[in-house]
Amino acid sequence: MTIDLKTVKHISKLSRISIDDNKAKKLGKDLNSIFSFIEKLNELDTKNTEPLSSIAETTLKLRKDEIKSENIREDILKNSPDKNKDFFVVPKVVE
Amino acid sequence: MSNITDLKLVELVDKIKKKELSSAEVTIAFINRSQKSKKLNAYIYENYENAIKKAKIFDQKPDFKKKLPGIPIAVKDLFCTKNIKTTAGSKILENFIPTYESTVTQNILDEGGIIIGKLNCDEFAMGSSNETSYFGNVQNPVSENLVPGGSSGGSSSALAAKLTPATIGTDTGGSIRQPASFTGTVGLKPTYGSCSRYGIVAFASSLDQAGPMTHDVKDCSLMFQIMSSYDTKDSTSVEFKRENYLNNLNENIKGKKIGIPKEYRVDGMPKEIDELWEKGIKIIKENGGQIVEISLPNTNYALPTYYIVAPAEASSNLARYDGVKYGFRSKGENLIDMYEKTRSEGFGDEVKRRIMIGTYVLSSGYYDAYYLKAQKVRRLIKNDFDEAYKKVDAILTPSTPSSAFKIGEKLNDPVSMYLNDIFTVPINLAGLPAISIPAGHDKKGYPLGLQVIGKAFDEQSILNIAFALEKNISFKNNITDWWIK
Repeated sequence: MTIDLKTVKHISKLSRISIDDNKAKKLGKDLNSIFSFIEKLNELDTKNTEPLSSIAETTLKLRKDEIKSENIREDILKNSPDKNKDFFVVPKVVE
Repeated sequence: MSNITDLKLVELVDKIKKKELSSAEVTIAFINRSQKSKKLNAYIYENYENAIKKAKIFDQKPDFKKKLPGIPIAVKDLFCTKNIKTTAGSKILENFIPTYESTVTQNILDEGGIIIGKLNCDEFAMGSSNETSYFGNVQNPVSENLVPGGSSGGSSSALAAKLTPATIGTDTGGSIRQPASFTGTVGLKPTYGSCSRYGIVAFASSLDQAGPMTHDVKDCSLMFQIMSSYDTKDSTSVEFKRENYLNNLNENIKGKKIGIPKEYRVDGMPKEIDELWEKGIKIIKENGGQIVEISLPNTNYALPTYYIVAPAEASSNLARYDGVKYGFRSKGENLIDMYEKTRSEGFGDEVKRRIMIGTYVLSSGYYDAYYLKAQKVRRLIKNDFDEAYKKVDAILTPSTPSSAFKIGEKLNDPVSMYLNDIFTVPINLAGLPAISIPAGHDKKGYPLGLQVIGKAFDEQSILNIAFALEKNISFKNNITDWWIK
Protein backbone atom coordinates (compact mmCIF):
# COMPACT_ATOMS: atom_id res chain seq x y z
CA MET A 1 0.00 0.00 0.00
CA THR A 2 1.23 3.51 -0.70
CA ILE A 3 -0.09 6.76 0.66
CA ASP A 4 -0.26 9.33 -2.15
CA LEU A 5 -0.12 13.11 -1.90
CA LYS A 6 -3.90 13.40 -2.09
CA THR A 7 -4.29 11.10 0.93
CA VAL A 8 -1.66 13.03 2.90
CA LYS A 9 -3.58 16.24 2.21
CA HIS A 10 -6.82 14.57 3.26
CA ILE A 11 -5.31 13.33 6.55
CA SER A 12 -3.88 16.78 7.26
CA LYS A 13 -7.37 18.25 6.75
CA LEU A 14 -8.87 15.67 9.16
CA SER A 15 -6.09 16.41 11.66
CA ARG A 16 -6.66 20.18 11.37
CA ILE A 17 -2.97 20.69 10.58
CA SER A 18 -2.20 22.78 7.51
CA ILE A 19 0.82 21.66 5.46
CA ASP A 20 2.33 22.92 2.21
CA ASP A 21 3.17 20.67 -0.76
CA ASN A 22 6.84 20.33 0.13
CA LYS A 23 6.12 19.19 3.66
CA ALA A 24 3.34 16.93 2.40
CA LYS A 25 5.78 15.15 0.08
CA LYS A 26 8.30 14.56 2.86
CA LEU A 27 5.56 13.44 5.22
CA GLY A 28 4.19 11.08 2.57
CA LYS A 29 7.62 9.46 2.35
CA ASP A 30 7.84 9.06 6.14
CA LEU A 31 4.31 7.70 6.41
CA ASN A 32 4.98 5.15 3.68
CA SER A 33 8.07 3.85 5.42
CA ILE A 34 6.20 3.66 8.74
CA PHE A 35 3.20 1.91 7.21
CA SER A 36 5.31 -0.64 5.35
CA PHE A 37 6.74 -1.50 8.78
CA ILE A 38 3.22 -1.70 10.26
CA GLU A 39 2.01 -4.04 7.47
CA LYS A 40 3.83 -6.85 9.29
CA LEU A 41 0.73 -7.29 11.45
CA ASN A 42 -1.08 -8.85 8.47
CA GLU A 43 1.05 -11.98 8.91
CA LEU A 44 -1.01 -12.80 11.99
CA ASP A 45 -4.39 -14.50 11.98
CA THR A 46 -6.59 -12.65 14.49
CA LYS A 47 -10.00 -13.91 13.32
CA ASN A 48 -10.83 -15.33 16.74
CA THR A 49 -9.02 -12.80 18.92
CA GLU A 50 -10.87 -10.26 21.00
CA PRO A 51 -9.45 -6.73 20.77
CA LEU A 52 -7.73 -5.40 23.90
CA SER A 53 -8.53 -1.73 24.33
CA SER A 54 -7.36 -1.29 27.89
CA ILE A 55 -5.18 -3.23 30.29
CA ALA A 56 -7.33 -2.11 33.21
CA GLU A 57 -10.25 -4.33 32.33
CA THR A 58 -12.35 -3.31 35.28
CA THR A 59 -15.77 -1.74 35.26
CA LEU A 60 -15.73 1.93 36.08
CA LYS A 61 -16.73 2.85 39.60
CA LEU A 62 -19.80 4.97 40.22
CA ARG A 63 -19.40 8.10 42.27
CA LYS A 64 -21.72 10.74 43.68
CA ASP A 65 -22.49 13.55 41.30
CA GLU A 66 -21.26 16.42 43.39
CA ILE A 67 -19.44 19.68 42.84
CA LYS A 68 -15.82 19.48 43.97
CA SER A 69 -14.41 22.74 42.68
CA GLU A 70 -16.34 25.98 42.61
CA ASN A 71 -15.62 29.53 41.54
CA ILE A 72 -12.73 28.59 39.31
CA ARG A 73 -13.83 30.73 36.34
CA GLU A 74 -10.80 32.95 36.66
CA ASP A 75 -8.50 29.95 36.83
CA ILE A 76 -10.05 28.48 33.72
CA LEU A 77 -9.72 31.71 31.74
CA LYS A 78 -6.21 32.44 32.99
CA ASN A 79 -4.34 30.64 30.21
CA SER A 80 -6.62 31.74 27.38
CA PRO A 81 -4.82 33.37 24.43
CA ASP A 82 -7.78 35.74 23.87
CA LYS A 83 -10.66 36.51 26.22
CA ASN A 84 -13.30 39.13 26.85
CA LYS A 85 -14.61 39.30 30.42
CA ASP A 86 -15.97 35.82 31.09
CA PHE A 87 -15.67 34.48 27.55
CA PHE A 88 -13.09 32.84 25.31
CA VAL A 89 -12.78 34.82 22.09
CA VAL A 90 -12.44 33.08 18.70
CA PRO A 91 -12.59 34.38 15.11
CA LYS A 92 -16.11 35.21 13.98
CA VAL A 93 -18.15 32.10 13.08
CA VAL A 94 -21.54 33.63 12.12
CA GLU A 95 -22.10 36.52 9.78
CA MET B 1 32.39 14.95 54.09
CA SER B 2 32.04 14.28 50.39
CA ASN B 3 30.10 16.60 48.13
CA ILE B 4 26.41 16.94 48.97
CA THR B 5 25.47 16.31 45.35
CA ASP B 6 27.38 12.99 45.39
CA LEU B 7 25.01 11.61 48.00
CA LYS B 8 22.15 9.35 47.05
CA LEU B 9 18.54 10.11 47.89
CA VAL B 10 18.24 7.73 50.86
CA GLU B 11 21.54 9.06 52.26
CA LEU B 12 20.35 12.67 51.95
CA VAL B 13 17.06 11.86 53.69
CA ASP B 14 19.03 10.20 56.48
CA LYS B 15 21.43 13.14 56.90
CA ILE B 16 18.59 15.66 57.00
CA LYS B 17 16.77 13.54 59.59
CA LYS B 18 19.93 13.37 61.69
CA LYS B 19 20.29 17.16 61.33
CA GLU B 20 23.71 16.72 59.73
CA LEU B 21 22.43 18.68 56.76
CA SER B 22 19.67 21.24 56.39
CA SER B 23 17.19 21.34 53.56
CA ALA B 24 18.58 24.73 52.50
CA GLU B 25 22.14 23.37 52.32
CA VAL B 26 21.05 20.45 50.18
CA THR B 27 18.76 22.53 47.96
CA ILE B 28 21.42 25.19 47.36
CA ALA B 29 24.04 22.55 46.56
CA PHE B 30 21.92 21.00 43.80
CA ILE B 31 20.91 24.43 42.47
CA ASN B 32 24.54 25.59 42.34
CA ARG B 33 25.52 22.53 40.38
CA SER B 34 22.51 22.95 38.08
CA GLN B 35 23.54 26.54 37.40
CA LYS B 36 27.02 25.39 36.38
CA SER B 37 25.50 22.79 34.08
CA LYS B 38 23.45 24.89 31.65
CA LYS B 39 25.38 23.32 28.78
CA LEU B 40 23.44 20.09 29.30
CA ASN B 41 20.16 21.95 28.63
CA ALA B 42 18.41 19.61 31.05
CA TYR B 43 16.04 22.25 32.44
CA ILE B 44 13.14 23.95 30.69
CA TYR B 45 12.11 25.92 33.76
CA GLU B 46 14.21 26.78 36.82
CA ASN B 47 12.30 27.23 40.06
CA TYR B 48 15.41 28.02 42.11
CA GLU B 49 14.40 31.11 44.07
CA ASN B 50 11.11 29.65 45.10
CA ALA B 51 12.76 26.35 46.04
CA ILE B 52 15.33 28.02 48.32
CA LYS B 53 12.52 29.91 50.03
CA LYS B 54 10.63 26.66 50.60
CA ALA B 55 13.77 24.95 51.93
CA LYS B 56 14.32 27.72 54.46
CA ILE B 57 10.70 27.49 55.56
CA PHE B 58 11.14 23.73 56.00
CA ASP B 59 14.25 24.25 58.13
CA GLN B 60 12.40 26.62 60.44
CA LYS B 61 9.90 23.94 61.34
CA PRO B 62 11.25 20.64 60.03
CA ASP B 63 8.98 17.61 59.91
CA PHE B 64 11.28 14.59 59.99
CA LYS B 65 8.41 12.11 59.69
CA LYS B 66 8.13 12.98 55.99
CA LYS B 67 9.66 10.57 53.50
CA LEU B 68 11.34 13.38 51.53
CA PRO B 69 12.08 15.92 54.30
CA GLY B 70 13.01 19.12 52.45
CA ILE B 71 14.56 17.20 49.56
CA PRO B 72 14.99 19.19 46.31
CA ILE B 73 13.81 17.44 43.20
CA ALA B 74 13.52 18.38 39.52
CA VAL B 75 10.73 16.70 37.54
CA LYS B 76 9.95 15.98 33.88
CA ASP B 77 8.06 18.87 32.33
CA LEU B 78 5.14 16.60 31.50
CA PHE B 79 3.75 16.79 35.04
CA CYS B 80 1.41 19.71 35.64
CA THR B 81 2.67 21.76 38.57
CA LYS B 82 0.39 24.39 40.06
CA ASN B 83 1.55 27.93 39.25
CA ILE B 84 4.73 26.57 37.66
CA LYS B 85 5.01 26.65 33.87
CA THR B 86 4.42 23.26 32.24
CA THR B 87 5.30 22.92 28.54
CA ALA B 88 5.50 19.19 27.67
CA GLY B 89 8.49 20.26 25.54
CA SER B 90 6.13 21.95 23.07
CA LYS B 91 5.76 25.42 21.60
CA ILE B 92 2.00 24.97 21.83
CA LEU B 93 2.25 24.99 25.67
CA GLU B 94 5.17 27.42 25.88
CA ASN B 95 3.31 29.77 28.23
CA PHE B 96 0.97 27.34 29.97
CA ILE B 97 0.76 27.74 33.75
CA PRO B 98 -1.42 25.00 35.29
CA THR B 99 -3.89 25.98 37.97
CA TYR B 100 -3.76 22.46 39.43
CA GLU B 101 -1.16 19.92 40.56
CA SER B 102 -0.66 16.41 39.17
CA THR B 103 -1.33 13.69 41.75
CA VAL B 104 2.20 12.30 41.51
CA THR B 105 3.88 15.67 42.13
CA GLN B 106 1.33 16.36 44.88
CA ASN B 107 2.41 13.09 46.54
CA ILE B 108 6.02 14.28 46.40
CA LEU B 109 5.07 17.69 47.86
CA ASP B 110 3.01 16.03 50.59
CA GLU B 111 6.09 14.06 51.69
CA GLY B 112 8.17 17.24 51.99
CA GLY B 113 9.76 17.32 48.51
CA ILE B 114 10.66 20.69 46.96
CA ILE B 115 10.39 21.20 43.18
CA ILE B 116 13.57 22.89 41.91
CA GLY B 117 12.68 22.85 38.24
CA LYS B 118 11.03 21.28 35.22
CA LEU B 119 13.13 19.03 33.01
CA ASN B 120 13.41 18.88 29.25
CA CYS B 121 11.72 16.06 27.33
CA ASP B 122 10.70 15.09 23.83
CA GLU B 123 7.66 17.06 22.67
CA PHE B 124 4.59 15.45 24.27
CA ALA B 125 6.94 12.59 25.22
CA MET B 126 7.15 11.50 21.57
CA GLY B 127 10.74 10.54 20.91
CA SER B 128 13.65 8.37 22.00
CA SER B 129 16.48 10.92 22.05
CA ASN B 130 15.05 14.21 23.40
CA GLU B 131 15.64 15.67 19.93
CA THR B 132 11.97 16.51 19.31
CA SER B 133 11.81 19.03 22.18
CA TYR B 134 10.95 22.60 21.16
CA PHE B 135 13.48 23.66 23.82
CA GLY B 136 16.45 22.01 22.15
CA ASN B 137 18.66 18.95 22.48
CA VAL B 138 19.84 17.68 25.84
CA GLN B 139 23.40 16.48 26.35
CA ASN B 140 24.14 13.11 27.91
CA PRO B 141 26.64 13.72 30.74
CA VAL B 142 28.39 10.48 29.74
CA SER B 143 29.93 12.11 26.65
CA GLU B 144 29.57 15.27 24.57
CA ASN B 145 27.02 15.27 21.72
CA LEU B 146 25.54 11.99 22.86
CA VAL B 147 21.75 11.75 23.27
CA PRO B 148 20.49 11.14 26.83
CA GLY B 149 17.67 8.94 25.50
CA GLY B 150 14.04 9.90 25.53
CA SER B 151 11.49 10.93 26.05
CA SER B 152 12.59 11.56 29.68
CA GLY B 153 15.97 12.85 28.42
CA GLY B 154 16.19 15.95 30.61
CA SER B 155 15.39 13.74 33.59
CA SER B 156 18.07 11.14 32.82
CA SER B 157 20.66 13.82 32.06
CA ALA B 158 19.93 15.85 35.21
CA LEU B 159 20.01 12.72 37.36
CA ALA B 160 23.23 11.28 35.92
CA ALA B 161 24.89 14.73 36.16
CA LYS B 162 23.75 15.01 39.80
CA LEU B 163 21.66 18.14 39.29
CA THR B 164 18.84 16.45 41.23
CA PRO B 165 19.13 13.56 43.73
CA ALA B 166 16.26 11.69 42.04
CA THR B 167 13.66 12.48 39.43
CA ILE B 168 10.45 11.30 37.87
CA GLY B 169 9.58 10.50 34.29
CA THR B 170 6.80 8.97 32.26
CA ASP B 171 7.00 5.82 30.16
CA THR B 172 4.66 5.12 27.23
CA GLY B 173 6.94 2.82 25.23
CA GLY B 174 10.25 2.97 27.09
CA SER B 175 10.62 6.66 27.95
CA ILE B 176 11.93 5.97 31.47
CA ARG B 177 13.88 2.75 30.93
CA GLN B 178 15.71 3.66 27.70
CA PRO B 179 17.07 7.03 28.98
CA ALA B 180 18.01 5.33 32.27
CA SER B 181 19.91 2.71 30.30
CA PHE B 182 21.65 5.40 28.17
CA THR B 183 22.88 7.33 31.23
CA GLY B 184 23.81 4.54 33.67
CA THR B 185 20.89 5.16 36.02
CA VAL B 186 17.93 3.19 37.39
CA GLY B 187 14.42 3.65 35.93
CA LEU B 188 11.17 1.92 36.87
CA LYS B 189 8.01 1.77 34.78
CA PRO B 190 5.33 0.67 37.24
CA THR B 191 2.28 -1.49 36.46
CA TYR B 192 -0.45 0.38 34.57
CA GLY B 193 -2.79 1.73 37.26
CA SER B 194 -0.21 1.98 40.05
CA CYS B 195 0.65 5.70 39.73
CA SER B 196 -2.11 8.17 38.95
CA ARG B 197 -2.13 9.76 35.50
CA TYR B 198 -4.07 12.79 36.76
CA GLY B 199 -2.33 16.00 35.74
CA ILE B 200 0.18 14.35 33.42
CA VAL B 201 0.02 15.78 29.90
CA ALA B 202 -1.54 12.84 28.05
CA PHE B 203 0.17 11.05 25.17
CA ALA B 204 -1.33 7.55 24.85
CA SER B 205 -3.66 7.04 27.77
CA SER B 206 -3.80 3.22 27.74
CA LEU B 207 0.03 3.03 27.87
CA ASP B 208 1.24 6.10 29.85
CA GLN B 209 2.61 5.48 33.32
CA ALA B 210 4.76 7.66 35.61
CA GLY B 211 7.76 6.25 37.44
CA PRO B 212 10.96 7.06 39.34
CA MET B 213 14.48 7.53 37.97
CA THR B 214 17.27 7.26 40.55
CA HIS B 215 20.92 6.41 41.19
CA ASP B 216 20.18 3.02 42.71
CA VAL B 217 17.47 0.48 43.51
CA LYS B 218 17.07 1.64 47.12
CA ASP B 219 16.32 5.20 46.04
CA CYS B 220 13.99 3.82 43.39
CA SER B 221 11.99 1.86 46.00
CA LEU B 222 11.58 4.97 48.15
CA MET B 223 10.45 7.17 45.26
CA PHE B 224 8.06 4.54 43.93
CA GLN B 225 6.45 4.16 47.34
CA ILE B 226 5.77 7.91 47.40
CA MET B 227 4.53 8.13 43.81
CA SER B 228 2.14 5.18 43.83
CA SER B 229 -1.35 5.85 45.20
CA TYR B 230 -4.99 5.13 44.50
CA ASP B 231 -6.60 8.20 42.97
CA THR B 232 -10.28 8.72 42.18
CA LYS B 233 -9.28 11.46 39.72
CA ASP B 234 -7.85 8.79 37.38
CA SER B 235 -10.49 6.27 36.30
CA THR B 236 -7.82 3.63 35.57
CA SER B 237 -6.10 4.00 38.94
CA VAL B 238 -6.19 0.65 40.74
CA GLU B 239 -7.14 0.33 44.40
CA PHE B 240 -4.84 -2.04 46.30
CA LYS B 241 -2.68 -1.91 49.38
CA ARG B 242 0.67 -0.30 48.51
CA GLU B 243 3.56 -2.06 50.25
CA ASN B 244 6.50 -0.44 51.95
CA TYR B 245 8.73 -1.21 48.97
CA LEU B 246 11.87 0.17 50.66
CA ASN B 247 11.50 -1.69 53.96
CA ASN B 248 10.67 -4.91 52.11
CA LEU B 249 13.66 -4.60 49.79
CA ASN B 250 16.03 -7.56 50.02
CA GLU B 251 18.49 -9.29 47.72
CA ASN B 252 17.40 -12.82 48.49
CA ILE B 253 16.32 -14.32 45.17
CA LYS B 254 16.77 -17.98 46.12
CA GLY B 255 14.28 -20.15 44.27
CA LYS B 256 13.02 -17.31 42.08
CA LYS B 257 12.31 -18.44 38.54
CA ILE B 258 13.61 -15.97 35.96
CA GLY B 259 12.56 -16.30 32.33
CA ILE B 260 14.86 -15.65 29.37
CA PRO B 261 12.80 -14.98 26.22
CA LYS B 262 14.54 -16.34 23.15
CA GLU B 263 12.81 -13.79 20.88
CA TYR B 264 14.81 -10.97 22.48
CA ARG B 265 18.01 -12.22 20.84
CA VAL B 266 17.57 -9.94 17.83
CA ASP B 267 19.72 -9.90 14.71
CA GLY B 268 22.58 -7.45 14.72
CA MET B 269 22.54 -6.88 18.46
CA PRO B 270 26.04 -5.83 19.61
CA LYS B 271 28.09 -8.60 21.22
CA GLU B 272 28.51 -6.54 24.41
CA ILE B 273 24.78 -6.60 25.02
CA ASP B 274 24.64 -10.37 24.66
CA GLU B 275 27.56 -10.65 27.10
CA LEU B 276 25.82 -8.31 29.52
CA TRP B 277 22.73 -10.50 29.39
CA GLU B 278 24.89 -13.60 30.06
CA LYS B 279 26.45 -11.80 33.01
CA GLY B 280 22.98 -11.14 34.44
CA ILE B 281 22.00 -14.78 33.96
CA LYS B 282 25.18 -15.92 35.72
CA ILE B 283 24.53 -13.65 38.70
CA ILE B 284 21.00 -14.95 39.07
CA LYS B 285 22.21 -18.55 39.02
CA GLU B 286 24.98 -17.84 41.53
CA ASN B 287 22.45 -16.30 43.89
CA GLY B 288 20.16 -19.30 43.87
CA GLY B 289 17.74 -18.14 41.19
CA GLN B 290 16.57 -20.53 38.52
CA ILE B 291 16.88 -19.67 34.82
CA VAL B 292 14.02 -20.83 32.60
CA GLU B 293 14.00 -20.54 28.80
CA ILE B 294 10.68 -19.01 27.74
CA SER B 295 9.05 -17.89 24.53
CA LEU B 296 7.17 -14.66 23.83
CA PRO B 297 6.28 -15.56 20.23
CA ASN B 298 4.61 -12.28 19.26
CA THR B 299 7.50 -10.02 20.32
CA ASN B 300 8.21 -8.97 16.73
CA TYR B 301 4.71 -7.58 16.37
CA ALA B 302 4.92 -5.29 19.40
CA LEU B 303 6.49 -2.29 17.65
CA PRO B 304 4.07 -2.23 14.69
CA THR B 305 1.20 -2.59 17.19
CA TYR B 306 2.57 0.25 19.30
CA TYR B 307 2.92 2.51 16.25
CA ILE B 308 -0.80 2.14 15.61
CA VAL B 309 -2.15 2.23 19.17
CA ALA B 310 0.00 5.08 20.53
CA PRO B 311 -0.50 7.52 17.61
CA ALA B 312 -4.24 6.72 17.53
CA GLU B 313 -4.61 7.64 21.19
CA ALA B 314 -2.31 10.64 20.73
CA SER B 315 -4.33 12.01 17.81
CA SER B 316 -7.38 11.92 20.04
CA ASN B 317 -5.63 13.33 23.14
CA LEU B 318 -3.95 16.13 21.22
CA ALA B 319 -7.19 17.26 19.57
CA ARG B 320 -7.60 19.56 22.59
CA TYR B 321 -4.79 21.86 21.42
CA ASP B 322 -6.88 24.15 19.25
CA GLY B 323 -5.65 27.58 20.36
CA VAL B 324 -8.92 28.45 22.09
CA LYS B 325 -8.79 27.82 25.83
CA TYR B 326 -5.05 27.72 26.52
CA GLY B 327 -1.72 27.53 24.77
CA PHE B 328 -0.32 29.06 21.61
CA ARG B 329 -2.69 30.58 19.02
CA SER B 330 -1.90 31.63 15.47
CA LYS B 331 -3.97 34.18 13.55
CA GLY B 332 -6.41 32.79 11.00
CA GLU B 333 -8.94 34.14 8.55
CA ASN B 334 -11.69 32.14 10.20
CA LEU B 335 -12.08 29.57 12.99
CA ILE B 336 -10.99 26.54 10.94
CA ASP B 337 -8.06 28.43 9.48
CA MET B 338 -7.05 29.48 12.99
CA TYR B 339 -7.15 25.83 14.19
CA GLU B 340 -5.09 24.59 11.25
CA LYS B 341 -2.43 27.29 11.52
CA THR B 342 -2.23 27.03 15.31
CA ARG B 343 -1.63 23.29 15.14
CA SER B 344 0.72 23.54 12.17
CA GLU B 345 2.92 26.16 13.87
CA GLY B 346 2.47 24.97 17.44
CA PHE B 347 3.43 21.29 16.98
CA GLY B 348 6.83 19.99 15.86
CA ASP B 349 7.37 17.51 13.02
CA GLU B 350 7.36 14.26 15.03
CA VAL B 351 4.15 15.21 16.85
CA LYS B 352 2.44 16.15 13.58
CA ARG B 353 3.64 12.88 12.05
CA ARG B 354 2.12 10.87 14.89
CA ILE B 355 -1.15 12.81 14.94
CA MET B 356 -1.49 12.11 11.23
CA ILE B 357 -0.67 8.39 11.58
CA GLY B 358 -3.26 8.21 14.35
CA THR B 359 -5.88 10.13 12.39
CA TYR B 360 -5.32 7.84 9.41
CA VAL B 361 -5.61 4.54 11.32
CA LEU B 362 -8.80 5.76 12.99
CA SER B 363 -10.34 7.17 9.82
CA SER B 364 -13.36 5.69 8.08
CA GLY B 365 -12.42 2.65 6.01
CA TYR B 366 -9.11 2.03 7.80
CA TYR B 367 -10.22 1.55 11.39
CA ASP B 368 -10.73 -2.22 11.13
CA ALA B 369 -7.61 -2.84 9.07
CA TYR B 370 -5.28 -0.95 11.38
CA TYR B 371 -6.63 0.09 14.76
CA LEU B 372 -8.82 -2.95 15.48
CA LYS B 373 -6.13 -5.25 14.10
CA ALA B 374 -3.57 -3.67 16.44
CA GLN B 375 -5.85 -4.08 19.44
CA LYS B 376 -6.23 -7.77 18.62
CA VAL B 377 -2.48 -8.25 18.32
CA ARG B 378 -2.10 -6.38 21.61
CA ARG B 379 -4.22 -9.14 23.16
CA LEU B 380 -1.88 -11.79 21.70
CA ILE B 381 1.14 -9.97 23.15
CA LYS B 382 -0.46 -9.80 26.56
CA ASN B 383 -1.39 -13.51 26.31
CA ASP B 384 2.29 -14.31 25.66
CA PHE B 385 3.21 -12.77 29.00
CA ASP B 386 0.28 -14.47 30.80
CA GLU B 387 1.53 -17.83 29.49
CA ALA B 388 5.12 -17.09 30.50
CA TYR B 389 4.11 -16.09 34.02
CA LYS B 390 2.62 -19.54 34.58
CA LYS B 391 6.24 -20.74 34.58
CA VAL B 392 8.32 -17.84 35.90
CA ASP B 393 8.28 -15.05 38.51
CA ALA B 394 10.04 -12.46 36.40
CA ILE B 395 11.80 -12.01 33.05
CA LEU B 396 15.33 -10.75 32.33
CA THR B 397 16.26 -8.98 29.08
CA PRO B 398 18.55 -6.20 27.90
CA SER B 399 16.95 -2.75 28.20
CA THR B 400 17.87 -1.52 24.72
CA PRO B 401 19.39 -3.05 21.57
CA SER B 402 22.26 -0.51 21.60
CA SER B 403 23.98 2.07 23.77
CA ALA B 404 23.38 5.85 23.41
CA PHE B 405 23.91 7.27 19.93
CA LYS B 406 25.14 10.65 18.70
CA ILE B 407 22.83 13.65 18.43
CA GLY B 408 21.46 13.81 14.89
CA GLU B 409 22.42 10.23 14.02
CA LYS B 410 18.91 8.81 13.69
CA LEU B 411 16.87 11.96 13.18
CA ASN B 412 16.03 11.41 9.53
CA ASP B 413 14.95 7.81 9.82
CA PRO B 414 11.84 7.47 12.02
CA VAL B 415 11.71 3.67 11.78
CA SER B 416 15.31 3.23 12.93
CA MET B 417 14.56 5.61 15.81
CA TYR B 418 11.49 3.56 16.72
CA LEU B 419 13.57 0.33 16.84
CA ASN B 420 15.25 1.67 19.97
CA ASP B 421 12.19 0.69 21.94
CA ILE B 422 12.01 -2.91 20.75
CA PHE B 423 12.64 -4.39 24.25
CA THR B 424 10.56 -1.87 26.20
CA VAL B 425 7.37 -1.42 24.12
CA PRO B 426 5.90 -4.93 24.69
CA ILE B 427 5.81 -4.25 28.45
CA ASN B 428 3.66 -1.12 28.02
CA LEU B 429 1.31 -2.98 25.70
CA ALA B 430 0.87 -5.64 28.39
CA GLY B 431 0.67 -3.05 31.21
CA LEU B 432 3.42 -4.76 33.24
CA PRO B 433 6.09 -3.30 35.56
CA ALA B 434 9.73 -3.29 34.46
CA ILE B 435 12.95 -1.83 35.80
CA SER B 436 16.14 -0.94 33.98
CA ILE B 437 19.39 -1.00 35.93
CA PRO B 438 22.89 -0.11 34.74
CA ALA B 439 24.88 -3.28 34.18
CA GLY B 440 28.02 -2.46 32.24
CA HIS B 441 29.66 -0.46 29.46
CA ASP B 442 30.20 -1.07 25.77
CA LYS B 443 33.62 -0.67 24.17
CA LYS B 444 33.00 3.06 23.69
CA GLY B 445 32.54 3.35 27.44
CA TYR B 446 28.81 4.08 27.19
CA PRO B 447 26.47 2.54 29.78
CA LEU B 448 24.22 -0.44 29.04
CA GLY B 449 21.19 -1.59 31.00
CA LEU B 450 19.44 -4.81 31.95
CA GLN B 451 15.66 -4.94 32.25
CA VAL B 452 13.71 -7.02 34.79
CA ILE B 453 10.03 -7.44 33.90
CA GLY B 454 7.52 -8.46 36.57
CA LYS B 455 3.98 -9.69 37.01
CA ALA B 456 1.31 -7.01 37.28
CA PHE B 457 1.55 -5.16 40.64
CA ASP B 458 4.54 -7.28 41.71
CA GLU B 459 7.04 -4.41 41.72
CA GLN B 460 8.54 -5.75 44.94
CA SER B 461 9.89 -8.86 43.19
CA ILE B 462 11.57 -6.95 40.39
CA LEU B 463 13.00 -4.42 42.83
CA ASN B 464 14.46 -7.32 44.83
CA ILE B 465 15.92 -9.02 41.76
CA ALA B 466 17.32 -5.68 40.57
CA PHE B 467 18.78 -5.16 44.05
CA ALA B 468 20.56 -8.52 43.90
CA LEU B 469 21.88 -7.79 40.39
CA GLU B 470 23.02 -4.31 41.43
CA LYS B 471 24.97 -5.68 44.41
CA ASN B 472 26.84 -8.17 42.25
CA ILE B 473 27.46 -5.91 39.28
CA SER B 474 28.70 -2.87 41.27
CA PHE B 475 28.38 -0.58 38.26
CA LYS B 476 30.39 2.65 38.28
CA ASN B 477 29.33 5.57 36.09
CA ASN B 478 32.51 7.23 34.85
CA ILE B 479 31.23 10.75 34.30
CA THR B 480 33.95 13.42 34.15
CA ASP B 481 32.01 16.71 34.50
CA TRP B 482 33.28 17.70 31.00
CA TRP B 483 30.48 20.28 30.70
CA ILE B 484 31.67 22.27 33.73
CA LYS B 485 34.54 24.60 32.92
